[in-house]
Amino acid sequence: MSRRDHDIRRYPGARLLTAVFFLWLYLPIAVVIGFSFNQNRLVSVWTGFSTEWYAAALANKALMDALEVSLTIAVIATIGATTIALMAAMVLSRAPAKGIYRLSEAVVNLPLMLPEIVVAVAVLILFSQLGIADGMVKLALAHTAFCTPFAFLPIRARLQGMSRDFEEAAQDLYAPPLTAFRRVTLPLIAPGVFAGAMLAFVMSMDDFITSNMLNSGGSTTLPVYIFSLIKRGTTPELNAISTLMILASLVIATAALVLAARAMRREA
Amino acid sequence: MRALTSFRLWGLAPAWVLMGLTLIVPVAIVAGVSLADRGPYGGFDWALNFGSYREILFTLGWTDELEFAPKYLVIIARTLGYGLVTTAICMALALPVAYVIANARAGWKPFLVYLVTLPFWVSMIVRVYAWLIILGNEGLAEKAWKFLGGGDVDTFLFTNGAMLTGMVYSYIPLMVLPVYAAIEKLDPALLEASHDLYGNRWVTLRRVILPLTWPGLSAGAILVFVPAIGTVLEPMLLGGGRQMMMGTLIQTQFGGGRNWPFGAAIAMVLMAMVVVVLLLNARRAAAATEART
Repeated sequence: MSRRDHDIRRYPGARLLTAVFFLWLYLPIAVVIGFSFNQNRLVSVWTGFSTEWYAAALANKALMDALEVSLTIAVIATIGATTIALMAAMVLSRAPAKGIYRLSEAVVNLPLMLPEIVVAVAVLILFSQLGIADGMVKLALAHTAFCTPFAFLPIRARLQGMSRDFEEAAQDLYAPPLTAFRRVTLPLIAPGVFAGAMLAFVMSMDDFITSNMLNSGGSTTLPVYIFSLIKRGTTPELNAISTLMILASLVIATAALVLAARAMRREA
Repeated sequence: MRALTSFRLWGLAPAWVLMGLTLIVPVAIVAGVSLADRGPYGGFDWALNFGSYREILFTLGWTDELEFAPKYLVIIARTLGYGLVTTAICMALALPVAYVIANARAGWKPFLVYLVTLPFWVSMIVRVYAWLIILGNEGLAEKAWKFLGGGDVDTFLFTNGAMLTGMVYSYIPLMVLPVYAAIEKLDPALLEASHDLYGNRWVTLRRVILPLTWPGLSAGAILVFVPAIGTVLEPMLLGGGRQMMMGTLIQTQFGGGRNWPFGAAIAMVLMAMVVVVLLLNARRAAAATEART
């Protein structure tokens, strides 16, 4: 073993840099949350503590409408993307990685490989050609597509690391394939499915580029609405809205990670 | 066995239908539209017209002669430049950070990885907005600058630094995670071997750590570079429109009454750039696999 005072694995300054990095990573989040409690109309001049901007945000009808659109689309996209991803992952983790299967894997991950703005333009033109005018239908389809790889990757990873013995045992005991899947495989890969669904949900809620491109009267999502507010100027109300969004993200992320970790532990 | 194969194909069908309908067919249509005529009120009329691509390089002069005009080339170059610099900064930052996380005490590692990923779950628009108020007039950045004795500044917003800060902040988790995964796999015995062979830290970094984490770094580079060259929010909000990028250029072409075929042509150029990067990466990965066997 190397001596402690001359540990080759230690790089001078790396720890300090990492500490600064984490501060920098959380600085913007802290600033938004902090100034959301500012009494002043000016965002960056602190005059006193107040929660009035939260009241203003919650009373904002346009904001609540945007939130409803975002949640509706995110739920539809999450269900659609997770179902499609699960089916594809079940097939692709058992098939040889060649020919049609290899191509299919690339197709499922296609949204990750193309710049989102190109995909947004492409769906915009497609919907205009098909004459689909309903904003919600457009958003639901587009969101389902770009959420699919985010649902797919954790499920695929989970299936990859899983022994097939249990499933085969179930089949040896005359369980029909669907029963074996429901009673054996699905519970085993549940953490992956859950993580995938969470990722898909957040990606849908977070999306700006596609939603902005497809934006129309009744289908303004939360990020697109926030963007329109930012262009009108920064206000403490925006900070309050952002803080609520940050908290929602943190709660979902933490819940997902804690549940996934617990599922892993039970299995071990 | 037959039933199994048919189930396999059925299981893949929804993914193919979805991606075909929302990506493959639409991208083919975009390729078609980039060759179409411009519609009188936005939109387009089908045609076979390379005018949109010509427009990237040339403008029509008064007497219909072609004049070379680099304004769109400048935007393409700027986009590539920002993409590369963002990727480079992310690599330089992610390597030490991932290294420290990988060498942290076992109980801390999952927590630190969680801390890296957490901001990524926060909506992109909120993250860019946060930098807008930090860098904006009388924001934290300006106060810190004056506190440190810096002279008068007009604003930090709408500068290269503002854009790069926003872009690095947006994409850094995509670099830290693959690099961390690569360093995690690094066998400590190799570092000790390097030490025993009289390699100091920096030789070890250059000759052992860097080559072995290169797969992680290059995977991270792809993950950062691809969204970085298609970015829209940072140039619009932090660049203030003064710093037009390909993403914003495409976006502006699809408003009402704008030039759809030209926007489609720029989108095709952007996509071609991404495809080239992915192909280069695939070739590199294939070569690396071959070298190993």
